[in-house]
Amino acid sequence: MSSDHSTYQPATGFGKWMDARLPLMRMVHDSFVSYPVPRNLNYAYTFGGILMVMLVVQLLTGIVLAMHYAADTAIAFQSVEKIMRDVNSGWLLRYMHANGASFFFVAVYIHIARGMYYGSYKAPREVLWILGVVILLLMMATAFMGYVLPWGQMSFWGATVITGFFTAFPGIGEPIQQLLLGGFAVDNPTLNRFFSLHYLLPFMITGVVILHVWALHVTGQTNPTGVEVKSKTDTVPFTPYATVKDGLAMSVFLMVFAYFIFFMPNFLGHADNYIPADSLKTPAHIVPEWYFLPFYAILRAITFNIGPIDSKLGGVLAMFGSIAVLFVLPWLDTSKVRSAVYRPWYKLFFWIFVANAIFLGWLGAKPAEGVYTTMAQVATLYYFAFFLVILPVLGLIETPKRLPNSITEAVLAKKGGNGGAAASAAASPETRG
Amino acid sequence: MKKLLASIVPFALAAIIGAGPAVAAEGEGGGTPHYPIHHLKEQSWSFAGPFGTYDKGQLQRGLKVYTEVCAACHSMNLVAFRTLEDLGYSEEQVKAFAANYEVQDGPNDEGEMFTRTAIPADHFPSPFPNAQAAAYANNGAVPPDFSLLAKARYVERGFPQFIFDIFTGYNESGPNYIYSLLTGYEEAPAGVEIAEGTHYNPYFISSAALAMAKPIDDGAVTYDDGSPETLDQYAHDVAAFMMWAAEPHMEERKRTGFMVILFLAIFSSLMYLTKKSVFANKDH
Repeated sequence: MSSDHSTYQPATGFGKWMDARLPLMRMVHDSFVSYPVPRNLNYAYTFGGILMVMLVVQLLTGIVLAMHYAADTAIAFQSVEKIMRDVNSGWLLRYMHANGASFFFVAVYIHIARGMYYGSYKAPREVLWILGVVILLLMMATAFMGYVLPWGQMSFWGATVITGFFTAFPGIGEPIQQLLLGGFAVDNPTLNRFFSLHYLLPFMITGVVILHVWALHVTGQTNPTGVEVKSKTDTVPFTPYATVKDGLAMSVFLMVFAYFIFFMPNFLGHADNYIPADSLKTPAHIVPEWYFLPFYAILRAITFNIGPIDSKLGGVLAMFGSIAVLFVLPWLDTSKVRSAVYRPWYKLFFWIFVANAIFLGWLGAKPAEGVYTTMAQVATLYYFAFFLVILPVLGLIETPKRLPNSITEAVLAKKGGNGGAAASAAASPETRG
Repeated sequence: MKKLLASIVPFALAAIIGAGPAVAAEGEGGGTPHYPIHHLKEQSWSFAGPFGTYDKGQLQRGLKVYTEVCAACHSMNLVAFRTLEDLGYSEEQVKAFAANYEVQDGPNDEGEMFTRTAIPADHFPSPFPNAQAAAYANNGAVPPDFSLLAKARYVERGFPQFIFDIFTGYNESGPNYIYSLLTGYEEAPAGVEIAEGTHYNPYFISSAALAMAKPIDDGAVTYDDGSPETLDQYAHDVAAFMMWAAEPHMEERKRTGFMVILFLAIFSSLMYLTKKSVFANKDH
């Protein structure tokens, strides 16, 4: 983390002694106090901080829950109910953790959408973006395995369906599935290894988050104009400006989170998971958690064979492909302009993409039959066309609006509505009232 | 350009979003029937809403219905007698209540299992020794355990109702379902084929008929608090009791939630004012 903005002054003797040996406080100060951020960041940029809070919430509640949980198919369900009924504030811990997973995904999807809208993935932030996609993948694996732990009906059958995807791959598919399951069907070895991995992966997420933040601090943040920071007047110090804005957004986000924990704790879950797992009784509809539904819809949309690829493998490839395509997004978008604010057509296609993703989520919860399949196919087509056709072509043919020369100019133009006056004022913003 | 976009976006969105429900409605007309056949009969519950609390008298009546009628077939494994103090009973009353039950314990010093009188720390004993015995005695269907049933039954409400449910705080699908099922038995309409040994009920969640015959009717249980001894009252009381069994800490949860939301509301207001003053001299 660059130290050209380092204004850290150790105040105490111990501080000076420590600073000469391990400048930990200097790093914290430089990263979260004096670190310069663009002055025009809006609330869409607060979700990174919110995600940090959610990661910590999940880690803390999860560690305490693990003290009371028993990963054994004979007693896992009862141990969760013991947490709910007999452990002090156990109901609170468990509802926080279960709804916390959902709100983690709410925040991460908004965070990703913000990155796409403002073109945050473009050079020089490709590695930052790729690390983010890695975090998303790890989150998905963690959430899926966590959902299996209560050993309810949806836990069991969800695990059966999702590990079954791997059998679609010829040759290596079945060995992979058996390795995941620790046998030929979902059973006690599956539960044990899922618990172990569910405890491990969040620490891997933490590690990648550190890299993600590091990469962020190397390139600096983007901003709604997409114009890079050019001078000191374009930025404000992280504290107090970003801290107080992030703090407000976190507080409001936590309020919505709390509403679900305390007043709708089971709304985002599936009722069938309050029925103990039964390998002889298949639920009428096996549905994953809401945050996987768009990908589930893409999986089920492929109902036809493509040459040597049968529909099952095709569906699995489409589902994995829908995430994998995010890795190459920085190179698919050919436009030189970052922000959708200055790209009228991209803005339109972006919002259709968002609506389409929500629509896919709705389809994922519907039975895969009749018109639903047709609609899912159309929506899947748009999902991939957005990345593979619209983004590459649009960058070549779209005429972007005029970009501001600097962040300061954009801010002052918005304020005064007069570009000329703003530009001259920008020269000495410190003297303004 | 802007005008063009402004005119295209709403249409594009409407086309995508509007297509969903319209086609879905079409799809529901024929083909596979959807269960339950009827919508739930929505009741008003004392525990609904952000300040809802259990009606202790109702829970006590529900316990009576459970022990005198339902417990003949349905277990309630996860509920301990000691938690019945939540229903307004004293420690002594709970002890006396538990003493009505025999539970298996052991092995003793001689290695033998034995039965003893239940104590408050015990859970409600099951009416059948195992699932096979339960199925054998009940025409092949295992009567579901009552501990979580009120949370384990959710009847889909569809788009956009499930969005509205977030704002109205609708959590009563389970008790509404139990009430509807208990009061929903009727003669199968002409033309509807029912498997032998099953009973038609248009509120049953997974098919047109279920293995359980109408379990309770007017006058089956005597109430000592003067409440009407009707099927309607029994169904309400036992559904409320089952909600308590599934979610015994609900009152504490809602109370805590109110304080948490209040704190966060005040904290957010202060943060907002702080943010405003920090940015007061900085255009952004």
